[in-house]
Amino acid sequence: MPKIKLSEKTIGLIKDVCADFGNQGSELINVLHQVQGKLGYLPAEVQEVIAKELNISVAKVYGVVTFYSFFTMIPMGEFPISICMGTACYVRGSEQVLAEFKRQLSIEVGQSTADNKFSLNCLRCVGACGLAPVVMVGEKVYGRVSPQMVKNIIAEYKEGCATESKSA
Amino acid sequence: MAEYNMHILVCGGTGCKASQSELIKTNFKTRLNEFGLTDEIQVVLTGCFGFCEKGPIVKILPDNTFYTQVTPEDVSEIVEEHIIKGRKVERLLYKDPETKAAIGDAKGMDFYKKQIRIALRNCGFINPENIEEYIGRDGYAALGTCLSEKTPDEVIQMIKDSGLRGRGGGGFPTGLKWDLTRKSESDQKYVVCNADEGDPGAFMDRSILEGDPHSVLEAMAICGYCIGADKGLVYIRAEYPLAIERLKIAINQAREYGLLGNDILGAGFNFDVEIRYGAGAFVCGEETALIHSMEGKRGEPTVKPPFPAEKGYNGKPTNVNNVETFANIPVIINKGAEWFASIGTANSKGTKVFALAGKINNVGLIEVPMGITLREIIYDIGGGIKDGREFKAVQTGGPSGGCLTKSFLDTPIDYDNLVAAGSMMGSGGMIVLDDTDCMVAIAKFYLEFTLDESCGKCAPCRIGNKRLHEILEKITVGDGKIEDLDRLRMLSTVIKDTSLCGLGQTSPNPVLSTLDHFYDEYLAHVTSHKCVAGQCKALMHYSIDAERCTGCTLCFRNCPVGAISGERRAPHYIDQSLCIKCGVCFEKCKFDAVLIA
Repeated sequence: MPKIKLSEKTIGLIKDVCADFGNQGSELINVLHQVQGKLGYLPAEVQEVIAKELNISVAKVYGVVTFYSFFTMIPMGEFPISICMGTACYVRGSEQVLAEFKRQLSIEVGQSTADNKFSLNCLRCVGACGLAPVVMVGEKVYGRVSPQMVKNIIAEYKEGCATESKSA
Repeated sequence: MAEYNMHILVCGGTGCKASQSELIKTNFKTRLNEFGLTDEIQVVLTGCFGFCEKGPIVKILPDNTFYTQVTPEDVSEIVEEHIIKGRKVERLLYKDPETKAAIGDAKGMDFYKKQIRIALRNCGFINPENIEEYIGRDGYAALGTCLSEKTPDEVIQMIKDSGLRGRGGGGFPTGLKWDLTRKSESDQKYVVCNADEGDPGAFMDRSILEGDPHSVLEAMAICGYCIGADKGLVYIRAEYPLAIERLKIAINQAREYGLLGNDILGAGFNFDVEIRYGAGAFVCGEETALIHSMEGKRGEPTVKPPFPAEKGYNGKPTNVNNVETFANIPVIINKGAEWFASIGTANSKGTKVFALAGKINNVGLIEVPMGITLREIIYDIGGGIKDGREFKAVQTGGPSGGCLTKSFLDTPIDYDNLVAAGSMMGSGGMIVLDDTDCMVAIAKFYLEFTLDESCGKCAPCRIGNKRLHEILEKITVGDGKIEDLDRLRMLSTVIKDTSLCGLGQTSPNPVLSTLDHFYDEYLAHVTSHKCVAGQCKALMHYSIDAERCTGCTLCFRNCPVGAISGERRAPHYIDQSLCIKCGVCFEKCKFDAVLIA
């Protein structure tokens, strides 16, 4: 993984979050939630700063980041796509939907497209089993998705960007 | 809810929200405003109604009209016809699936007839963001009774007498758990609510927190009073943003009303609640792992004893209960232990919430008395199998549970009967499977989940489940041998016996249960390389019926790998060495000439 240099501003931001939680090692998970919420992901360099501030080892921070699926060390695409792989969605065909997303975007689960527009992930049960199979793009939920609908869902965001950049 | 003479309840559960229920609410408000009716008619965004299949749901009180699949565009018609002219909008009413007759009153719906709603009593009825609506429905009365009239021991005795057992999976008697924590001597104790609902396909805890958060807070305070704790923690999944938001609002309102904080109701009892966030780890549903996670560590379980009741969060006695368990408590106090114990079976009292999903007509959240049969759930409440297909099995207990077949359709459902049948209650996910679901693939699906979620601390779970998954993979691609079936069983038994925590000890259950009930299916995979359900692609064999084939070339043009050859207007042929079994030819053929074997 290429080294990144954190700006002074980013380091300051991380320090502030740690200070908000009293620089307590026991608040590590809360700190990680906050920092990921602000930066989008938790690269090694960010973990180093957190470890120093909370006075715990980097190994411990890394251990926690990699344990929980909610934390990510790679940046997500502009439009993160999550396919629900809960049982209800699985038996109603979410595997085929996932295969179609992989095919259309030419990426695997956990990867982003070259232009960083889309990233692909699986999640376990959104709790909208009545709409199975479910796909989320950002915060938006798509229900009863069939492989045939995948192309249009992706197009929605490609077009969305096109009009946005035009207007800008 | 007295000052208004009509109420419009719009479902604000996650499913319906995804189908624009907020816009529906806004449209109602705008239209009512145009008619100057905002003082007479209240519009409320409620928690989940349970009937997710036909969402978004709009219910109108007092006449109990139940509108299904409402769109934001339908709002004007409902206001003009129903509200102004008093004529129900027939096309949006729920239709009886058999008689096709529109049902005007929700009480007449089969979906609700057999349900008894205790834990879900307020879901879909009150505005979860308004504490007064909860109080208006006897909310916080139970806390008041406990603080002013009962000693902690009397309350614990009541919970024991009610027969309430933990709704999160194991079914440990709740009253006994409270008693153990009460008896642990310490300067500090904790009440923890486990809202880390990780079972894929179960969403009852989320619906309770979204639809009725105060019921959980009230119960936690009662628990704190009983065990001698002044601090409560809710451990909730970060993936549940709506539930978190409503819980936060509820905590703040309860503090404002003096129902949380210092000297609650003037009784000298202090109790406050904080939220802790999970970060996506199924194993954190296990008590000890959950406690480690709250302490900011990796959520790895530790050996019990010591139980959390002796040594839990920060080394202090901690009582952990699940959301649904807590939601039952205030009702038990208000209506009495005897009343609660009168519902259910000998050893399983009260009701259970199930998330009904999969190949069933009425997907949704239901609450039924213990002892109900699967047949009643699937056919009376669930409306039968989707697309009129044949019932094959129902999976309960998620990745720790097993499958119940046709022969269990008339078994009364309770904790003990499910275990006897080789499954378990779990948190209450019920996934209905039909004849197109391959049981080997289902077992493999759950193993994949366990593999992902195993914390890796103990070898049987980390390595054993990996091997189990490899064997299942082999079987589904047609490389399985008959010896593999014995190997599956032996390995499963070892993993069950030697794993450290509940996750590993139950992870082979989906394999064992499908081996027991669907041995023939496994056998067909390994001996004749056939998948009767037609799900395991590698075992499919596509061919073209020369008599039916008209030589239209549609399959030839659509085959992604060029495996099909043949002249126009002459029968086509599939080269088996090239075929990747994608099934496109089968889908495209208009003459049913492509055969699958």
